[in-house]
Amino acid sequence: MSATDDAGPNRRDVLKLMGASLALAGLTACHPARQIVPYVRQPEDVIPGRKSYYATTLAIDGFGFGVLAESHEGRPTKIEGNPHHPASLGAADAILQASVLGLYDPNRAQTPTRDGVPAGYDAFLAEVATLRGSLAKDWGRSLAVLIGPETSPTLASQLAALRAQFPEMQLYRHAPLATPEADAASQAVFGRASSPLYHFDRAKVILSLDGDFLGEGGGKLAYARQFADARRVTGTSSSMSRLYAFASTPTLTSAKADHSRRLRASAMGTVLTAIADRLDGRPTNSDPMESKLLDAIAIDLRQAGPNALVIAGSRLDTATQAAAHRLNARLGAVGHTIDLLPPLGIASDAPDLHALADAIGAGKVDALLILGHDPVFTAPGDVDLAAAVKRVGFSAYWGPYADGTANACRWHIPAAHALEGWSDALGFDGTPSIVQPLIEPLHGGRTMHDVLVAFLGELDKNGRDLVRARWSTLDDQSWAQALKSGVIDAPKPTFLMPSVTATNATPTSPSSAPSLELNLVPDLYFRDGAFAPNTWLAELPRPLSRMVWGNAVEMSPATAKRLMVDTGDVVEITIGSRSIELPVAIEPNQADDTLTVPLGYGRLAGGAPVVGTSAYGLRKQNAAWQLPVTGVRKTGARQKPITIHGNFDTEGRDIIRTAALADFAKDPAVLARNKQPEPAPDDRLFPAWDNPEEAWGMVIDTGSCIGCMACVSACQAENNSPVVGPEQVALGREMHWLRVDRYETGDADAPQTHFQPVPCMQCENAPCEEVCPVNATVHTHDGLNAQVYNRCVGTRYCSQNCPYKVRRFNWLQYQDFSEDSPLSALMNPNVTVRERGVMEKCTYCVQRISAARIDAQDGNRPIRDGEVVTACQQTCPTHAITFGNLNDPRSAVRRAKAEPHNYVLLAELNTRPRTSYLADIRNSNGDADG
Amino acid sequence: MASDIRADGEAAGLIEGRPSYGDLSREIAGVSLGTRRPRFFWLGFAFFFLLALLFLFSVTWLLAIGIGTLGLNIPLAWGVPITNTVWWIGIGHAGTLISAILLLLRQKWRNSINRFAEAMTLFAASIAGLFPILHLGRPWFAYWLLPLPVTHMPWPQWRSPLTWDFFAIATYLTVSLVFWYMGLIPDLATFRDRAKSRGQQIVYGVLALGWRGSVFHWARYEEAYYLVAALATPLVVSVHSVISLDFTVAITPGYHSTIFPPYFVAGALYSGFAMVLTIAVPLRSAFRLENVITEKHLDNGAKVMLASGAIVAYAYVNEAFYAWYSGDEVHRYAMWARAFGPYAPTFWVMIAANIGSLVPLSFGAVRRRPWVLFAIALVINLGMWLERYIIVVSSLARDYLPSTWDTTTPTWTDYGLIFGSIGLFFALMFLLVRLLPLITIYEVAELAHEEEAEAAP
Amino acid sequence: MPQVFGPRANGLLLFILVGLVFAGGVAAVVGIVVLRSDWNRATFFAVAQPVPFSHAHHVGELGLDCRYCHTGVETSASAGLPATEVCMTCHSQLFTDQKMLEPVRESFASGIPIVWNRVNDVPDYVYFNHAVHVNHGVPCEACHGRVDEMPLTWRQKPLTMEWCLSCHRDPAPNLRPLNAVFAMNWSPKGDPRQQGEALINLMHIDPKNLTDCYVCHR
Repeated sequence: MSATDDAGPNRRDVLKLMGASLALAGLTACHPARQIVPYVRQPEDVIPGRKSYYATTLAIDGFGFGVLAESHEGRPTKIEGNPHHPASLGAADAILQASVLGLYDPNRAQTPTRDGVPAGYDAFLAEVATLRGSLAKDWGRSLAVLIGPETSPTLASQLAALRAQFPEMQLYRHAPLATPEADAASQAVFGRASSPLYHFDRAKVILSLDGDFLGEGGGKLAYARQFADARRVTGTSSSMSRLYAFASTPTLTSAKADHSRRLRASAMGTVLTAIADRLDGRPTNSDPMESKLLDAIAIDLRQAGPNALVIAGSRLDTATQAAAHRLNARLGAVGHTIDLLPPLGIASDAPDLHALADAIGAGKVDALLILGHDPVFTAPGDVDLAAAVKRVGFSAYWGPYADGTANACRWHIPAAHALEGWSDALGFDGTPSIVQPLIEPLHGGRTMHDVLVAFLGELDKNGRDLVRARWSTLDDQSWAQALKSGVIDAPKPTFLMPSVTATNATPTSPSSAPSLELNLVPDLYFRDGAFAPNTWLAELPRPLSRMVWGNAVEMSPATAKRLMVDTGDVVEITIGSRSIELPVAIEPNQADDTLTVPLGYGRLAGGAPVVGTSAYGLRKQNAAWQLPVTGVRKTGARQKPITIHGNFDTEGRDIIRTAALADFAKDPAVLARNKQPEPAPDDRLFPAWDNPEEAWGMVIDTGSCIGCMACVSACQAENNSPVVGPEQVALGREMHWLRVDRYETGDADAPQTHFQPVPCMQCENAPCEEVCPVNATVHTHDGLNAQVYNRCVGTRYCSQNCPYKVRRFNWLQYQDFSEDSPLSALMNPNVTVRERGVMEKCTYCVQRISAARIDAQDGNRPIRDGEVVTACQQTCPTHAITFGNLNDPRSAVRRAKAEPHNYVLLAELNTRPRTSYLADIRNSNGDADG
Repeated sequence: MASDIRADGEAAGLIEGRPSYGDLSREIAGVSLGTRRPRFFWLGFAFFFLLALLFLFSVTWLLAIGIGTLGLNIPLAWGVPITNTVWWIGIGHAGTLISAILLLLRQKWRNSINRFAEAMTLFAASIAGLFPILHLGRPWFAYWLLPLPVTHMPWPQWRSPLTWDFFAIATYLTVSLVFWYMGLIPDLATFRDRAKSRGQQIVYGVLALGWRGSVFHWARYEEAYYLVAALATPLVVSVHSVISLDFTVAITPGYHSTIFPPYFVAGALYSGFAMVLTIAVPLRSAFRLENVITEKHLDNGAKVMLASGAIVAYAYVNEAFYAWYSGDEVHRYAMWARAFGPYAPTFWVMIAANIGSLVPLSFGAVRRRPWVLFAIALVINLGMWLERYIIVVSSLARDYLPSTWDTTTPTWTDYGLIFGSIGLFFALMFLLVRLLPLITIYEVAELAHEEEAEAAP
Repeated sequence: MPQVFGPRANGLLLFILVGLVFAGGVAAVVGIVVLRSDWNRATFFAVAQPVPFSHAHHVGELGLDCRYCHTGVETSASAGLPATEVCMTCHSQLFTDQKMLEPVRESFASGIPIVWNRVNDVPDYVYFNHAVHVNHGVPCEACHGRVDEMPLTWRQKPLTMEWCLSCHRDPAPNLRPLNAVFAMNWSPKGDPRQQGEALINLMHIDPKNLTDCYVCHR
């Protein structure tokens, strides 16, 4: 990692010669690069042909995640987690992995526009300058600034400065995913709004009610790590935390639960009441489900005491969340397994869009500055923001895409990508970190700080000055250190020491709940729609619904039966006076009488494809998440949701191995019970391969895997996998080398969900190798099934003969080989870009193996354990993937293979895969199941 | 099988009436050399030629856009092209069987039909040879399957059945061509002598290789012809067995079965003779060759179909039985899915066509009614194509990991390839009829002579 | 009616048939030869450059070390071409009035790089790494020839897979001790093969593994 003070300018030089570097690096696109272009002045820290890493920060929902960005001669090509950053711990999720595509996205706005017509940035500056004059007269009373969910301290200080200049200015904040219910709940119980910080490393018993701590929020990566570490099974003597989950719609968290039940959101409160009653020894009335389970939970929670943790989804109603807080307080968990932070968001108490619309309606706003997040798209149905904005004399929008808001505003200033400009952000625990550019803005985009600078009239300041100034407390050395490590060493916000104030209020009872309720949930990858234009994310299967390229209304089989609809029927859902049309998708783990629709779809953003249908229109003020359904009408139209790998049934085959911890501890053989016997190792037609040097192997822990798909996204970024589009996916031609299968085991009404990542197994008796007529897939001396793209003629026999079906084929010309392809700079130069008609597959990131081997050979030493890290392994938040050399007796992968719950897929075929799995051990409570 | 045909072959009725050799030659040669050709000939030719153009278009489209224009995906990476290959190769077999094996077995009844049966072999095999190349992702590199001294070193991989295929089909084509041409030589001479125009004389003359029909010629000719027949004989068995290895070698449930080689050969004969009849029946009525291609021929052909069809039926049962007997849950499920899974309709149509046809075929009365036979033959052609499609596709649709299960349907390009290749085949047939003796004049004459001898007291 | 064919027709036909077979054979041989010809591989053809840079002068006469300009060769996959400033270290003093150096000065002034024409190039699916070769005793000369005798640079070797494999299968004859890697016209004392074998053991090179496809194709 190199990030000295002059790294910035250097990198700028580098960029000027980016085209040059590409030719030099010999980009793997198939054009004849017959010319070679050196630098004029070679930067100190760049050796052509060697990659370098820079620490920076990317934000999701405003929360900062520390990342390391890989750069080839000035081109960022890959994102990795930053081990020093508490919100990342070296891991990255699917969104972070895909964000590098956003940098090169050809659909980004490329020039400032005034009333839709391209205009120079200078013209904007001039207009703002005159505006400032008029604003100064009335202390900025008529200036309104609308921000989104932001945590950037630099932004905060800029806004403060702006307020200093224009004391009367109006500040509004619109966070589409905000949860006022959560604030209200902690207000009610603890006397002040706060955001919780969990400690899963301390929690022994966790009760989650629609709380998806593994899939959402700024802490998800850290939480996933803690959660997995607390549940890792090594040997037979292991202790695991226990997770009970009630979910109205299945989440990553409910999928990992030891006991999970389907329960509509409005009934969550009754569970808490029932448990509270049990804890207090009060006679309980009206159990929402089998009391046996509730008894077990209550007993577990009491035993755990301070090590218990009750999490209520932040989108549930205030009363339920408050009840959860009280339960935590009553168990003594507050301050132990859960801490409370002051809200991190900037101006989190600022008024929302409704207030802004009213102000505009009252003619109180003459100048409007909107900083990102496409509020016109995310506005609730009872606010016509576009019309309101059009009424404002001067309106400017800063955002990456020419979206609805850009069309409504007079000025649109293209936003720079996070990898293109300076800024900073706070992690979920308040840890500040710096956003530093790796590359000059490709399309001359500006950061929001640049735009505010114009309003502040401090045009001489550039982004770096601003951030440096905000952190002026740091001396140059610690500033350099902060840039290098990616974390600012600053005092974290102190935890609140709350005292339970409110009296014991009872949550709402389900009787008041409507017959059919609609749950709006943020899409796992699109979030509020900010990432909707990202085609990698559009084509990344949602872990549970498996859906790509669109959203649907999910419902349980029973509800579908009641409504007389089936998968693919387009229905019209009416909420009060508003309605939307969506296809139906049936989800077995969905609570009855609950419809779930993901938000973030249907966003118009420049030339980007509009994916799915937006449900923001159904929202009203103070009715953002759970809405009573007025009516559901079958339109008669049909539109099958596009899914990848939709079959969750193992058909009774030995694919997923799972057991209760107690049984497993007694006898590990319980896993292999009544399974087909494995053939003898020497039972083979062709002689075995010997691996004189390394023997690469991988172990995937299905117990730790939370199915977040980060590995799939990372694989796509690392290996130049193309996006094929909805039509091709519908035909079954997706190109992900790594897939994460979902399987359901156990009884039908309370099934257990399992995730199984399936990369190429690198078989020792590889069926694919024997049938390739042209030697395009061959065994290497270190036990890989190498795939030689330039030798492949495309008989596809290898895929026919692959029992795991992990090979992918370029049915059409999916990659853009044209000279001016916008994505050519995104490609990893160390991986061949495959052309039409070629078979491709995972090879354990052979380019990383080769790089490590060459380094080792240059040092005349063997490759160290952990020196080769595959892309999927590197990004995995839970360390579910172990990779290394099986010939090394001390390697981590050797230890993992020795675990009693290690097994291989389809062992009976004697393919002898190098990739094996650790069984999914659950800490089930024997007393819970009636 | 051979013996019972022989028993019938001895019976009279291979040539109706008592035509003189001259009549025979005139009759047969007239089909090609005759000046006027009936209108239906041109109409038929035009129809099939249009289909052939469709084939050309589909292939061009396929090569231009990519293999993705076909109804294929992962896991169903093979589909219509492979199905067509197996189907066409199968059709080719009947020709070789008739010309080679029946020749060695001295089955006289083959004489009238062997010429166009051989031609059929030739065309079918060539078309079959096209598809493996067309279905490549990068067909322009097909030559990498050959051991060539190119500057990138690697050679083909000899463990792969596809490599075996390549040589199997190539060999088959060559031998069929030689055999077919040898059979033509004496008749080409006849054409040369009967040809009116100078041009025809020269062309047929060169092709006749200076055949004068001397005893010396005949002696050598017979020797050589039987020799090549002996060479061709093993191919009948070998080629389709090798093709079947593409499947048996694979571990895919539904592919991985030791019964395939004999099963495929029987299926080949079944569909092959169906095609022979499909051609013979219209031919004889169109060109009034009833007294050369007699009902006896049709009857015998039908009997071969009956026999091979019975073997095919047995193979179906056997396949299912071994799926159950193996105790392998995956294999069992694949077989179950074949009958009741996503491709069930196709499967039952296939059963109805291939096994159902055996019932009428077992009645002599039916076997002697040309147009009924013709209809049955068409049904069997369809059934056998579906059989190959079922094997190729339905097996892949339900293999080891349920998460990867998928289905696919043919696109218009697929249909273009199927019907286009059929068009090409028949268009070539029409050309053959136009240009070459479609019935072995000298053998029929010889036969007529022998029968006279037998008839004489 | 006259005879269609004269008495010599048979002989003629025979001649034609035999001739065809023969011609086919000849065509094949010629094809193979042409494919491998320098003409087809464009080796030994000096490539025109914006500046007529002479390795013969800089290496042969002045004795500059390869690494002075090709700085990445020991540490990176690509040997790297000298930045304009490297040229200017000398040429800001020497030959400052030379017309042919105008592009260099112009580039240095304007900041626009010089665009050279590639001499040695491999397809994009081939991953050649200079460092690992140079650090294991493969001399520059083995692939680039006697650049110290090239007034204008040309490609010395065919750079075909066949050629790469010839060395990957049997590196011994080409290896040199590390101190001689950058030398031109260097020849070992004694038998190169014996010395090569010694170096192979010394540097733990395992020719068995050098022919794995992924060594070059990823």
